[in-house]
Amino acid sequence: MSQRTTIPFGPQHPVFPEPIQLRLILEDERVVEALPAIGYVHRGLEKLAEQKDFQQDVFLIERICGICSFMHAMNYCQGIEQLLGLAVPERAKYLRLIWAELHRMHSHLLFLALLADSFGFENLFMQTLRCREEILDLMEITAGNRIMLTTCCIGGVRKDITPDQLKRIGTGLDRAQASLRELGGAFAKDYTIQRRLKGIGVLTREKAHELGAVGPVAKASGLAMDLRQTGYAPYPELGFNPITETNGDAYARMMVRLRELDQSAELIRAAMGRLPDTPLSVPFKGNPTGEVAARIEQSRGELLFFIKANGSKNLERFRARTPTFANLAPLLHMLPGCELADVPVIVVSIDPCISCTER
Amino acid sequence: MLRQFGLKKSPWVVHFNCNSCNGCDIELLACLSPLYDLERFGIIHVGNPKHADVLLVTGSVNHRNARVLKNVYDQMPEPKAVVAVGVCASTGGIFRECYNVLGGIEEVVPVDVFVPGCPARPEAVIDGIVKAAEKLDLRRRGQPVSRPSLVPETHEPSPKPAAPPETVPATPASPAAPVAAPAELAKTP
Repeated sequence: MSQRTTIPFGPQHPVFPEPIQLRLILEDERVVEALPAIGYVHRGLEKLAEQKDFQQDVFLIERICGICSFMHAMNYCQGIEQLLGLAVPERAKYLRLIWAELHRMHSHLLFLALLADSFGFENLFMQTLRCREEILDLMEITAGNRIMLTTCCIGGVRKDITPDQLKRIGTGLDRAQASLRELGGAFAKDYTIQRRLKGIGVLTREKAHELGAVGPVAKASGLAMDLRQTGYAPYPELGFNPITETNGDAYARMMVRLRELDQSAELIRAAMGRLPDTPLSVPFKGNPTGEVAARIEQSRGELLFFIKANGSKNLERFRARTPTFANLAPLLHMLPGCELADVPVIVVSIDPCISCTER
Repeated sequence: MLRQFGLKKSPWVVHFNCNSCNGCDIELLACLSPLYDLERFGIIHVGNPKHADVLLVTGSVNHRNARVLKNVYDQMPEPKAVVAVGVCASTGGIFRECYNVLGGIEEVVPVDVFVPGCPARPEAVIDGIVKAAEKLDLRRRGQPVSRPSLVPETHEPSPKPAAPPETVPATPASPAAPVAAPAELAKTP
């Protein structure tokens, strides 16, 4: 009978950019059970959203998470627009799509870099971050800030992308895709990476469905679930189809994101080609009334906001369910049975965002 | 000797995410990337606080992670410096009014450099670490190091208006009566 040991993994750990603690119960080197301890990043943002004006909330809700910030603001604005019955101009929809896909690209590149870091491939980590800077440059040129764009507002967008900037986005994407082809070769074919990722943290299709996995975790297990199919932005017009893999291991989750990077670049190109010439936003009066569940496909999966408004300038209730929360149950299913050395790889492979989860 | 030289020329940093939205954390990661490249200043990012000279903190302090932050800070060897990255670490930022936020990290650990920004730009973060390295060097030599303050310097309060001359003479019985009243109230059930 081997002895059981408990190893606290976190809250301050080099692999995690964020504090979460996993209490790993080990039998020799094998994980028997993983118990998460959360609460290190809880701020109480939902309550603050009820205290502020619903227009100020756009900037607050954008800061739920810094990595996919634009998509949080976009989802909130779409929810409020639904309550107010606003028809957003077409150009605003396309501009939102461009910024959202730029955010998805930088988020996925960050994931690839952190994944390379999690198995100690320092060189690949650096090269991926170099590629990511191209995308951040594009965001800075178009919106004025590298991370927090704050270009989304209720009724449309606050900034236009000029033809010069569109041209610059085109060349930036070319450069990013060129370096991505080199990096993609390394990620997909490198012997070390295959040994570290293939067959690790397997989530079957049935289990993914049962545990409610979302985003790339679900897509890597063969579930073609992507909210972009529902057409909240002009995705159907651009010919969007979700990318899936079948194996459901850490390698498949990486490949889904790697292929989504190219897909996002193509979506941005297609959107730039069809950018309609309409005003940027519609004016509105009054306060929202009613309830709405706004959903959007964020870089990590489905993001759901529940907004309840009562006709005053403050919301009655704001609730967010973020994709990492949905993916925690699949993660806890993947961990038992793996080696201790594989724990960082498996945890990073779901691309956890703790700050989203705890708000 | 080599270690003393290293403190100024090659400070090792450890990063702790307190309560951040990740915006500042990914800018810190960008600092490590080839474009900004912290290591050209000899700054090395380490995972263990016992190896580190400079603590980089992002995000505000809440009830749960205050103890962890103090713990990480206490594990670092002297001399050490703390850099608060971003407005949340400095004052609490946009989350200042949240019920679970205690405020900036100054509530828990002494701060040497405040880096502004939401999120702080990589250039600003690098600047902050270089400033912290200078303070480390001063501290090693035993020289006084000033701590920055976020509280704006206030002017001397304007003098109070002179008290009006007492014209009404105080009645002798008045001070005793209010004191006696609460005591009587307390006795009654």
